[in-house]
Amino acid sequence: MSTVPDDLRYSKEHEWVRADGDTATIGITHFAQEQLGDVVFVELPEKGASVRQFSSLGVVESVKAASDIYAPVSGEIVERNVKVIEKPELVNSQPYGDGWMVKVRLADKGELAQLLSADDYRSHIGETAGAGGD
Amino acid sequence: MATEAATLRRTPLYDRHVALGAKMVPFAGYEMPIQYEGIVAEHRAVRSAAGIFDLSHMGEFYFRGPNAGRTLDRLVSSDIIGLEPGQARYGLLTNERGTIVDDVIVYRIEPEYYLVVVNAANIDKDRAHIRTRLRDEVAFADRSLEMALVALQGPKAAAVLERLAPGVSELPAFGVAVTRVAGVGAHVARTGYTGEDGFEIFVLNEVAGPVWDALRAADVMPIGLGARDTLRLEARFSLYGNDIDETTDPIEAGLGWTCKLDKDFLGRDAIAAKKAAGPARRIVGLVVDGGVARHGHEVVSGGAAIGMVTSGTFGPTVQKNIALAYVPTPLSKIGTALAVRIRGKDVPATVVKTPFYSRGTK
Repeated sequence: MSTVPDDLRYSKEHEWVRADGDTATIGITHFAQEQLGDVVFVELPEKGASVRQFSSLGVVESVKAASDIYAPVSGEIVERNVKVIEKPELVNSQPYGDGWMVKVRLADKGELAQLLSADDYRSHIGETAGAGGD
Repeated sequence: MATEAATLRRTPLYDRHVALGAKMVPFAGYEMPIQYEGIVAEHRAVRSAAGIFDLSHMGEFYFRGPNAGRTLDRLVSSDIIGLEPGQARYGLLTNERGTIVDDVIVYRIEPEYYLVVVNAANIDKDRAHIRTRLRDEVAFADRSLEMALVALQGPKAAAVLERLAPGVSELPAFGVAVTRVAGVGAHVARTGYTGEDGFEIFVLNEVAGPVWDALRAADVMPIGLGARDTLRLEARFSLYGNDIDETTDPIEAGLGWTCKLDKDFLGRDAIAAKKAAGPARRIVGLVVDGGVARHGHEVVSGGAAIGMVTSGTFGPTVQKNIALAYVPTPLSKIGTALAVRIRGKDVPATVVKTPFYSRGTK
């Protein structure tokens, strides 16, 4: 599995987006889950809630600490991943698969253009990966 | 936590941690490994097999002389004068007000030779506290910077160490011996901070590497400070700076058992008075249902903040979100329903018996 799949868009805050027509699936990246360590708790908004791009979407909590997840795109939550709430370790084992967080109905597809490509994201974490510390 | 990288110390095992891919973080003035493989995997290794920890940041104070025992008996809350050579005991450094300066283990290595292990963050403070209260005929030396400490903890610890230091498996709990580990002169004690059987091995910095390597060669997993915290919290060991400090007293902190009130020690009268009156608040164990409580979160009852979480995490062995918190004594009974305010939401929590985990109850 690629640690930065080519077919996704990325935020600088380490979320990924998989757009499919009017909806998009959101999760956190392999790099993010590695930085967090063992995820033990996930808090996500209810179906029907609306989120704005770059505002708080939820919380992932590792053994060490809690971290905010930010919405990489605006929209209405059409589904939240109940499996990841029940089994938070999916965020670690399958960050781009069963560890996804929410699906949203995109409010503005144009927002996707403001996100990073896989290449841009790779260089983004290349720059920050060595900075260390948390 | 803005610590200047340039001012951070490194233990003699620093290069080994980096080579193992550890995530290094500033802790008590040192660059320390917080995790290698992952906190949960490391936690489980210690509960099911064995793990090694670099604890060289901890402080080592040595006391020698005919008055060493009497001096320590007055500085430390527990029964130090009653220690036989080769025995160790947990206790508190207390002040005249009866609050907690540090929690320590006192090792009587020889009849007139004691080792006191103090928390890394408290080394300077403790040294000053002790120096002004030393009696005649006691030589005191802070050897924290010269000494390394490697802990080996877990159900397989005794079998592993026996091969490198024949005879150590005969040490009783809280026993200490002068011996050799992998050919290196060491003080070896059957003490720890994980809730498992295990040993703490004190050696000079120069020879810490060979001891670490010999233990690693026995296929023992390295364990970072992250798992050290989850292990100690499941076992309900206090963490200085989180659960106890100079604003807390031993009675409310659940450490009354460490205070020998029929001897004279600093703060004895204040602690005895507190015990007689009964504390207004007590530390309790909480199981939190639906979120992870953390240090500083408020504890809530009937919508009002009534206390504070001092430590909290997900417990990998107990598989629950566990916490320690100070609450008013009337709300400290086992089974009391409370809540912890996590990011503005009141999450249900129940007062439970501690420790959360005891050896053999897995």
